[in-house]
Amino acid sequence: MITFTSFPVPADDTYNGAHSHHPDVSEDVLMDLDDDQDPLEAGGSKLTYPGESLTSSQAYMRGHGTYVENEEVIASVAGTMERVNKLVTVRAVRTRYNPEVGDLVVGRITEVQPRRWKVDANSRQDAVLMLSSVNLPGGVQRRKLESDELQMRTFFEEGDLLVAEVQAFFSDGAMSLHTRSLKYGKLRNGQLVTVPPVLVRRLKSHFIALPCGVDLILGLNGYIWVSKHVKASDQEGEEGFDAEAVYSNQNDYIDDLTRIAISRVTNIIRVLAAHFVPLTDTLLLEAYEWTVDQEGGAKDLLQEDVGDALVATITARL
Amino acid sequence: MGSRVEILNDGGFRSDGRRQFELRDMTIDLSQQGQADGCAVVTHGLTQVLVSVFGPREAKMRSQTMHDRANISVEVNVAAFSTGERRKRTRGDKRILELAATIKSTFEPVVQTNLYPRSQIDVYVQVLQQDGGLLQACINATTLALVNAGIPLLDFVCAVSGGVHSTSPLLDLTLLEENDIPNVTVAMMPKTGKVTLVTMETRLHVDRFEEIFRLAGDAGKVIHGEMKNAVRSRTSALVAAMGSGPRVGGVDVAADKDGDDRMNEY
Repeated sequence: MITFTSFPVPADDTYNGAHSHHPDVSEDVLMDLDDDQDPLEAGGSKLTYPGESLTSSQAYMRGHGTYVENEEVIASVAGTMERVNKLVTVRAVRTRYNPEVGDLVVGRITEVQPRRWKVDANSRQDAVLMLSSVNLPGGVQRRKLESDELQMRTFFEEGDLLVAEVQAFFSDGAMSLHTRSLKYGKLRNGQLVTVPPVLVRRLKSHFIALPCGVDLILGLNGYIWVSKHVKASDQEGEEGFDAEAVYSNQNDYIDDLTRIAISRVTNIIRVLAAHFVPLTDTLLLEAYEWTVDQEGGAKDLLQEDVGDALVATITARL
Repeated sequence: MGSRVEILNDGGFRSDGRRQFELRDMTIDLSQQGQADGCAVVTHGLTQVLVSVFGPREAKMRSQTMHDRANISVEVNVAAFSTGERRKRTRGDKRILELAATIKSTFEPVVQTNLYPRSQIDVYVQVLQQDGGLLQACINATTLALVNAGIPLLDFVCAVSGGVHSTSPLLDLTLLEENDIPNVTVAMMPKTGKVTLVTMETRLHVDRFEEIFRLAGDAGKVIHGEMKNAVRSRTSALVAAMGSGPRVGGVDVAADKDGDDRMNEY
């Protein structure tokens, strides 16, 4: 089952920043008490808004999220300011995925072109997956034939989901992916959840097997694949490669308990994302155990009070 | 004036009880709505606008991609129930297309589109309620939605409308005032004081223009203060939720204080 679902109107009124006072009332909400303290020297991260002067461009270098005008470094996004020696950067709180080489991403095929697929990876441009960077049936070292070009749709079709690694960048900043590992390839037996990309931190491994029989792939682009657990031995096989299995569009049989576990995990992820809590494997596991203890169904999680309670419990434990 | 409602009475009050230079209540809601990258709901009095920003993302039409910068596309939708008389406007309506084109040209010099070659930034404006100052609400909401989506801007764009009743200038007009008196909408960037948009649909006496233009510039700074606060508290709430950084952000009080003071002088 492959589904794109949007979260019901999220329950994050605590963070909505609603202001309701008359514009003529002077700023009384957020007074800064240590105004004269130089944020660059203070060491802590400072919050910025677009158009805020940060420092002089003669003493510091501008990094991402800033620009220079009249010898001043000025922030161009709302986020946290960071300084490394003389380099001043601003990291936006919410933004699209910024790819780096080696990142693990989950994506969806949007287009089949000559010798390449276009992949939507939640970035500012579609990613490119070259025919030469996928594993083809019949051995890894096989030469690409013209017949392969003609039957590209038998490997990946529009709408297929896949997990891949960022291999390189093109000159215009578009990323090139590869699936040349047995860990990568087409996704099935599960469900996709999307979260803001900042919430997925770089981890030792982005393939997580939860003990409840659910596998997770945390794409750094904020796409998360939640699926039925596949035994490691099944995955690899001998000589590593079974084209039938890798490019199959057919789901395995998934029993009801696993289906419920998958929905429960996806709902937990949605709740955590709506509350802007960064996802880690331990956090998800704790959250799963908490929800099982509460003895509610998987869909109860999407109720506002249950979600709030979950986040309160989880963040208190950390 | 006769039987018509007085725009400005002898006591110096307008039809809704405001004084000449008073702005209407402004509320800003930056919470997440659906799958958009950035959203903002802005109300000025009874005018309410919802803006969702998607992108930068792959351009859907190849003809729209530009190899050196991102394309901004603006789509405006006016809800049938937004005005007093229920009227369905189609998307091809000339007035709506013009509104969209105005918003687009206001933001093109402000968004750093050169950072996103071959991409597209989609701005969807949904007008929920109309009571004058529609363009100003659209522009303010678009600014906030873009900031919320993490798209780099040179500065905020703050818009406000103004008009002249015989010789006395008024700010932030309601629909009643807008229909009756010459008016102008000004969008400015508060940091540099640069103006990105001045638009008039009525004739305004050239001698009055300078005064109203200057007033609108000052009012823009007041609106900037509001918008800045909303962005700050949203940012600090998100950063706090992510469990890093300070819980409450600082506001550069001195900078917008003088904007307020200048308004009070009038």
